[in-house]
Amino acid sequence: MDFILEPWPWYVGGPLITLIMFFLYYFGKKFGISSNLESICAMGGAGKLHEFFAFDWKKNSWNLMFIVGTVIGGFIAFKFMTPDQAIALNPQTVSDLADIGFQNAGAQYLPEELFGLEALLSIKGGVILVIAGILVGFGARYAGGCTSGHAITGLSNLEIPSLIAVIGFFIGGLIMTWLILPLLF
Amino acid sequence: MKNIRFIILGILFGIILSKAEVISWYRIYEMFKFQSFHMYGIIGSAVILGVILFSFFKKGVIKNYLGEKIIIEPKKKGFYRAIIGGTIFGLGWGLIGACPGPMFILLGRGVLSISIVIFGGLLGVLFYHAIKHKLPH
Repeated sequence: MDFILEPWPWYVGGPLITLIMFFLYYFGKKFGISSNLESICAMGGAGKLHEFFAFDWKKNSWNLMFIVGTVIGGFIAFKFMTPDQAIALNPQTVSDLADIGFQNAGAQYLPEELFGLEALLSIKGGVILVIAGILVGFGARYAGGCTSGHAITGLSNLEIPSLIAVIGFFIGGLIMTWLILPLLF
Repeated sequence: MKNIRFIILGILFGIILSKAEVISWYRIYEMFKFQSFHMYGIIGSAVILGVILFSFFKKGVIKNYLGEKIIIEPKKKGFYRAIIGGTIFGLGWGLIGACPGPMFILLGRGVLSISIVIFGGLLGVLFYHAIKHKLPH
């Protein structure tokens, strides 16, 4: 029982992700989360704005149900399975974050500086949240997939486009982490 | 209701990513700083097992629940879309530490701010389709 409540190591998390992917294929579907963003737009009536979104989103309802499940799973894990919300970070990471203005890194599951109410209600904080979302949504659909579709499924299928996309994920992530984040905070 | 199985898989996926700390902004920052093996271990082990799994699919050793061969749809080709789209995605991932799956899981944790990120994600998708004919693919 203790194991359930502790953070799970990578060699548990990684294989379990593959297991979920297996079941999705076993049930005749695929593993790709970001296409749900398109389905939600279609569901919200974006077909009136652009013909792309005029598709029948109901054919993707299985995937929408999957993300409804992830919301419930996040709630269950948070409420009942994670008594200690701290993240055991590399001490170097904690000190690097302190240098760019993030206090007590790892003491909570998420940094207040980005996700806290104060950040949410500030102009800078709100703009960061919206822009980050736009970058993720735009980039994922431009690239044709996100971490699930490209990094896990595409690489598992030995696809060159996915390898290029994952290289792109890292180019963007490294630029943000090393060059832009220190300027923002 | 046939879709109940996907809700259950989603619940498990949400729990797995929460417990493995994949949805923590700190873990993504640490990954891009190369200061922890954690995220590389997760993605790496998932992919290595995925390669083995897919080889069983392709050989027809593992079939789907209807007994049919499992076909994996290939990704769209195009160097520019992959590298430019990927880089834009990476900028957002590095900034907010959440890709689309974790965004929804974080919503379940009651993280109010993430609803703004999801809203931005929908805007980004709309924006992409509005201007995609002008972009290199």
